[in-house]
Amino acid sequence: MKSKIIDIINGIRPEFDFGSETNFISQGMLDSFDLITLVTELDESFGISIDGTDILPENFETLEAIEALIKKNGAE
Amino acid sequence: MKINFSNKKITGMLSVLPSNEVMFEDEMHNYSFSEAKSLKLKTAMGFKSKRIVAEDTTTSFDMAVAGFDYLFDNNLLVKNSIDAVLFISQSPEYIMPPTSNLIHGKYELDERVVCLDINQGCAGFIIGLQQAFMLLDNDGINKVVLCNADVLSPKVSKFDRNSNPLIGDAAAITIIENTSENTSIVGEIRMNGSGAMALNVPAGGARMPITAETSELYEDSFGNKRSKNHLVMQGDNVFNFVQTKVPEQINKILENSNDTVESIDYFLFHQPNRFMLQKLADKLGVSRDKLPSNVVENFGNSSGVTIPVVTTFNLGEQLENSEMNVCFSGFGVGLTWGTIIMKIGNLDFCKLIYK
Repeated sequence: MKSKIIDIINGIRPEFDFGSETNFISQGMLDSFDLITLVTELDESFGISIDGTDILPENFETLEAIEALIKKNGAE
Repeated sequence: MKINFSNKKITGMLSVLPSNEVMFEDEMHNYSFSEAKSLKLKTAMGFKSKRIVAEDTTTSFDMAVAGFDYLFDNNLLVKNSIDAVLFISQSPEYIMPPTSNLIHGKYELDERVVCLDINQGCAGFIIGLQQAFMLLDNDGINKVVLCNADVLSPKVSKFDRNSNPLIGDAAAITIIENTSENTSIVGEIRMNGSGAMALNVPAGGARMPITAETSELYEDSFGNKRSKNHLVMQGDNVFNFVQTKVPEQINKILENSNDTVESIDYFLFHQPNRFMLQKLADKLGVSRDKLPSNVVENFGNSSGVTIPVVTTFNLGEQLENSEMNVCFSGFGVGLTWGTIIMKIGNLDFCKLIYK
């Protein structure tokens, strides 16, 4: 799951190395528009619909947080 | 505030869109985004084209007048039958007098006709319906003309990717009347003024009059350029408020009425952007087909006018020939959120025209 997330997120902001970084939001690696694109692509790739109330900055700060979010919203 | 009325119905609905169309790609170079990123966002948000007035001198009053002229010229509305005019907008013609009085004067309406302006945004159609229903409870008021109109494109910076791609201009005229039919209208309006500045135009009112200084462009931390005369939108806060409060309100109204998600034929919501609406549909457990989200991509977000636009654009002919159980919901500026569940149909007219 993690490698799939990295592929998606690198496709959105190819100028950063998300595999070796953390604090994506607070470091300014992802902005709110990136989150919209990211959620749309995660929904499609994992066959889920991430709950709108879960689209909060803290759920996108690290790969682990994103993975937990995807699992919480029904992905295996 | 709870909404509970009977013996009232909508009998006609007309949307007026500017004939001037602007494509997303035409303005993409204004934003501090790579082309690839802009195109990804275009897909997620539903940006394609928007309808805005061609000249900054065209106002919401002008758009409304185009609608009134169409209705009078086609004998869809008779002047003498009007008992009240409601004008709901954030872009009035003047600070004074009320724009509804200007409409009254233009068409030489009778002195008994009541005029009322209300400053409301995204929930303006819900607020307008509720006010119309209350007016109809008064003796001598049998037909209310609700006019939602906003020309906000001049208040948006072309260099602000937060708002410029999605803002459109429009007007709508909805006729609401008393009826002997035992109709059921239920709903609720709620407000949270502590979030009032989440959507705001800083300059232009009494607190901060427009000056040369307020007209200067500044750059925010995301690279958007706007002046204090322009709309500022805290998109994240608005998104979270909508995703939390709107489903909560709708589920509560459904629970307290005899309706279910399945018994509602269409969910006709304010149209902020496709992403937000699809997330609302998923949260409510509603098929995305029953909650149309195609207004921003075709016309733009015209604030309080989007509910009539989504209705006339998607269901115009159907609502002239049949009846449906619908859930109207508007949410945004204020912060305000309101929902009304009612039957609508067999309308005298349900059309969309271009000015």
